[in-house]
Amino acid sequence: MVVDGIGASVKRKEDLRFLSGRGNYVDDMNRPGQTFAHFLRSDVPHGKLNKVDISAALKMPGVVAIFTGDDFTGVGGIPCGWQIHSKDGTPMVEPRHPVLAAGKVRHVGDPIAMVVAETKQQAKDAAEAIILDIETLPAVAGLTAALAAGAPLVHDEAAGNICFDWHIGDKAAVEAGFAKAHKIVRLDLVNNRLVPNAMEPRAAIGDYDVSSGEYTLYTTSQNPHVIRLLMGAFVLSIPEHKLRVVAPDVGGGFGSKIFHYAEEAALTWAAGKVKRPIKWTADRTEAFITDAHGRDHISTAELALDAEGHFLALKVNTQANMGAYLSTFAPSVPTYLSATLLAGVYKTPAIYAEVKAVFTNTVPVDAYRGAGRPEATFLLERIVDVAAREMNMDRVEIRKKNFIPKEAFPYQTPIALQYDSGDYMATFDGCLKAADYAGFEARRKASAAKGKLRGIGISTYVEACGIAPSAVAGALGARAGLYEVANIRVHPTGSVTVFTGAHSHGQGHETTFAQLVSEQLGVAHDMIDIVHGDTGKVPFGMGTYGSRSLSVGGSAMVKAMDKIIDKGKKIAAHLMEADVHDIEFKDGKFSVVGTDKAKTFGEIALTAYVPHNYPIEELEPGLEETAFYDPKNFTYPGGCHIAEVEIDPDTGTVSMISFTAVDDIGRVINPMIVEGQVQGGIAQGIGQALLEHAIYDESGQLLSGSMMDYTMPRADDIPNISVGMEVTLCTHNPLGSKGVGEVGAIGSPPAVINAVVDALRDYGVRHVDMPATPAKIWALIDAYHPKMAAE
Amino acid sequence: MYDFTYAKPASLADAAKALGADAEAKALAGGMTFIPVLKQRLNKPSTVVDLSALGLNYIKLEGGKLMIGAMTPHGSVAASADVKKAIPALAELAGNIGDRQVRYRGTIGGSLANNDPSACYPSAVLALGATIKTNERSIATDDYFQGMFTTALNPGEIITEVQFPIPEKAAYAKFANPASRYAMVGVFVAKTAGGVRVAVTGAGQNGVFRHAAFEAALAKSFTPDALNGIATPVGDMNADIHGSAAYRAHLVGVMAKRAVAAAK
Amino acid sequence: MPQISLTVNGKPASATVEARTLLVELLRDKLHLTGTHVGCDTSQCGACTVQVDGMSVKSCTMLAVQADGANVLTIEGLVNADGSLHPMQAMFREYHALQCGYCTPGMVMSAIDLVETHPEGLSEEQIRHGLEGNLCRCTGYHNIVKAIAAAWPLMHNKALPVAAE
Repeated sequence: MVVDGIGASVKRKEDLRFLSGRGNYVDDMNRPGQTFAHFLRSDVPHGKLNKVDISAALKMPGVVAIFTGDDFTGVGGIPCGWQIHSKDGTPMVEPRHPVLAAGKVRHVGDPIAMVVAETKQQAKDAAEAIILDIETLPAVAGLTAALAAGAPLVHDEAAGNICFDWHIGDKAAVEAGFAKAHKIVRLDLVNNRLVPNAMEPRAAIGDYDVSSGEYTLYTTSQNPHVIRLLMGAFVLSIPEHKLRVVAPDVGGGFGSKIFHYAEEAALTWAAGKVKRPIKWTADRTEAFITDAHGRDHISTAELALDAEGHFLALKVNTQANMGAYLSTFAPSVPTYLSATLLAGVYKTPAIYAEVKAVFTNTVPVDAYRGAGRPEATFLLERIVDVAAREMNMDRVEIRKKNFIPKEAFPYQTPIALQYDSGDYMATFDGCLKAADYAGFEARRKASAAKGKLRGIGISTYVEACGIAPSAVAGALGARAGLYEVANIRVHPTGSVTVFTGAHSHGQGHETTFAQLVSEQLGVAHDMIDIVHGDTGKVPFGMGTYGSRSLSVGGSAMVKAMDKIIDKGKKIAAHLMEADVHDIEFKDGKFSVVGTDKAKTFGEIALTAYVPHNYPIEELEPGLEETAFYDPKNFTYPGGCHIAEVEIDPDTGTVSMISFTAVDDIGRVINPMIVEGQVQGGIAQGIGQALLEHAIYDESGQLLSGSMMDYTMPRADDIPNISVGMEVTLCTHNPLGSKGVGEVGAIGSPPAVINAVVDALRDYGVRHVDMPATPAKIWALIDAYHPKMAAE
Repeated sequence: MYDFTYAKPASLADAAKALGADAEAKALAGGMTFIPVLKQRLNKPSTVVDLSALGLNYIKLEGGKLMIGAMTPHGSVAASADVKKAIPALAELAGNIGDRQVRYRGTIGGSLANNDPSACYPSAVLALGATIKTNERSIATDDYFQGMFTTALNPGEIITEVQFPIPEKAAYAKFANPASRYAMVGVFVAKTAGGVRVAVTGAGQNGVFRHAAFEAALAKSFTPDALNGIATPVGDMNADIHGSAAYRAHLVGVMAKRAVAAAK
Repeated sequence: MPQISLTVNGKPASATVEARTLLVELLRDKLHLTGTHVGCDTSQCGACTVQVDGMSVKSCTMLAVQADGANVLTIEGLVNADGSLHPMQAMFREYHALQCGYCTPGMVMSAIDLVETHPEGLSEEQIRHGLEGNLCRCTGYHNIVKAIAAAWPLMHNKALPVAAE
């Protein structure tokens, strides 16, 4: 009998410690003899570092050591994990990213010196005594400024500030499509720059054991093994067996904690120098100017249609802000994680996209929840709405006319991806119904009677996640494999510990993964523990991002458990003197088919560890198996999101009235957790659409550099979110699951903006860039009715 | 934060002495602005003088006046039956300052002494024609506010009480900054025996101000429509990433109309 | 350095602190009560919310010396002696109102105050507005709102008069 297996809304195991204040986050940890680090950072966006004078600071109370860029000349730079080649075949420009600034500072927040002291306050006090001689250089913050002729260069080796100039798709086929078009719709759009703002600021402790020569880094990471690989192999040259990376409870990531950050390398390296643990915790202000930001694309899109509204060809030109240095996965975001998704759920036969990646004097930009796919989806779903309007077609009809039909799977898009499964009509119709799309006009009239402008917006999406088939990723530029690892240790009494390379920072893995084990091995939940986040315990792993934990990490567990069951069958066959082929494993019991002979899972486990009566000649004792699972393809969740908004024309305020989602994420293990993931992603999408914007001024200062100016979504900004599911199974992994972490953030922004534009239908508004702030909306209304301003 | 000496005097005289004796000493009321400022190391006081033990946390309704002790937190003002009875608009204003946690700590005296250009209280105090009592004197509200973060207070002078005359009717309408939720534009209108007063916070380049054109129009007819066609000079408005000067000028009109409509 | 004495989670505590020590630093660094978190430095996020003399306050915006003599309740003090959860904690678990858990202690402390100060009932709108001082980046608030509405009857021992849909 399996309790709480696949499909049950099991309450979370991890909640008890989080709810009682017993979580174990990095800042909750303290090491014996610990010191504290404070990073002195550049407050100029671009400058020549003439001198860093630490002599006075060294004499300040409590100071243990101070390190500057000069101390790090012997170690590697912070590496980039993905290499893109330009159209002409040349590799991207990959300037050195020093651990501490060397020669120049290139963004506000660039670390210049690390002060190590007995207390946090002493480290801060001493940092103020460091005398800097920085010669300010002209800076570029925005894409347009960086690409202008004669713009100041962020890196001398990157001419025109261009990192790479890449393309994908069949340009000739697209031109042919445009040549025969009935109509060509063009749209310029901006995907606004965001600050991830996981509620837990980044923190790390570097530790060095003099007796063993072993380094330990405790860090707020989504992928400790990746950090060990990047930092050990590329930056500090510490072999894996002497470097342990621990990511304990982590308070949200959303992508921003994937990347290897300079502070991690600096703390680890310096711990070896001062031979004491060094702790650092970012404050929020520091997070704003050091955590990798997200999005920041400018695009031009052109869609060619025939007279009936069929999409003939799509052409996209994008400029993507990389910031001052290449963060770990930055080059993949606007390219293989975005441009390859431009087919969306539509059978557009020809697509061509060009992407220019650009250096600027801003914080590095990298993957943020959705990473590239929200940008592609926003572009596509906006231009489809614009096309519908300009073709005088209904927004629903134009979409239905162009959907990839469910009979077409597996479906090869014209831009590299092969979708394995989906039913876009089902999620679409389901969402229209759930949102009462048909009844909208009555609601619009009711709002109008109160003087409010009501709008409804639809978006559909497909995303590629479950990252990634290693060979494919490698061919596209990834510098690592992207499989996942599971080690299943069955203990002598039949309890189970799972060691997974996936990392939970809110996803509830300790519960969901236990459900997989409970389902497959028939073991009760209180007999299962999930261990993650420690390279000293887990054999290997690539971590959690790209909605991969279940589809890749879970699949590895399934494979490892298959091996456990295979071995168990052999032991059971021996014990029950039957042929192994006659042993069946079901509901936690090994039985001989057609008899009432059976052994429990616990009995087999005990036999494996107490092998007195055991096939010792052909089978090793013990019951522990490891599996590496490398997916055969990406997974392709898809769905439909519908937003309903109401605008107050007097103030421009956009209120979210309702949000409805119907998603297809494949097989669902824990519906409660899945709904929570979708709701959270949608809240972030609403945040992007209406509230959030990282704004730099022309000189490179971050104007929205704290939560006083960067609008974080609050409870009263977000409506109730209705979540529905339609399931088509992933065809190539053993669970049939596709992934859910990012769908909310991918599908929701265009639904909201489509609703805003719909609400403004009487004001001549064709497009609104995100975020649709009150000031922006009022300006649009005011521009249409100039005399309103005077009233 | 830089370290400092902490003092918690038990009498107003001792507090005044502590503040008067040392130009670098600073008073601590609720600390909702001051402590974040200290955390950012933007201020380096020698001594922080905590005013919480001076008996200044009270609300009294006497002789046709509402008296609020300087150390009375926003939450107490919002919840007070006396305030709700005498000036409901003031209770409502206080109940929407900051958030629940801030309202338990932040005080009326602290808000007025700081005179943040986007704080709510200055608009109420100015529109209601309140009197600010200190350990030294009484200051008429029209003399008190002297531009953003600037007041008539002398160094070391401590606000002890704010006295509000009771208006015929009044209301406050606030358009909150989406990020900070401070007032991006807040308009307090009050109809009193002595006339109509309109005070605007958040919007102006130089802190809270009275809107003479609105006051004149409303004196003739205390209706939202009376404000039709009266512009607020854009040049006097603040502008930032959350809104242009033109937008703020427009919002001043919208909020003023809403306040007039809601006044009771 | 100032010497302070206070009651934390029902037990007497005393410490010698610098005047500049924040209440949250006292709790986390000196008293090792790390359930109270710090999520920002501008008093926006509410992760550090605790109760001081029955009122929910942001412990990152209060000096430790200001809490001298006060009665402080943190998330650690909510669990009953028998290990059972406070109704608010229980409903947060029941309604999946937490994901990464980082904002949770502050959110729970704030929510308890919200429910305690509204014996007349709470609408969904009031709950959402009442959470103005607490940020959550994971849940989209949907389930937090539900959990608080569900905790209200348990804390007031009667049905919630205003439907919190």
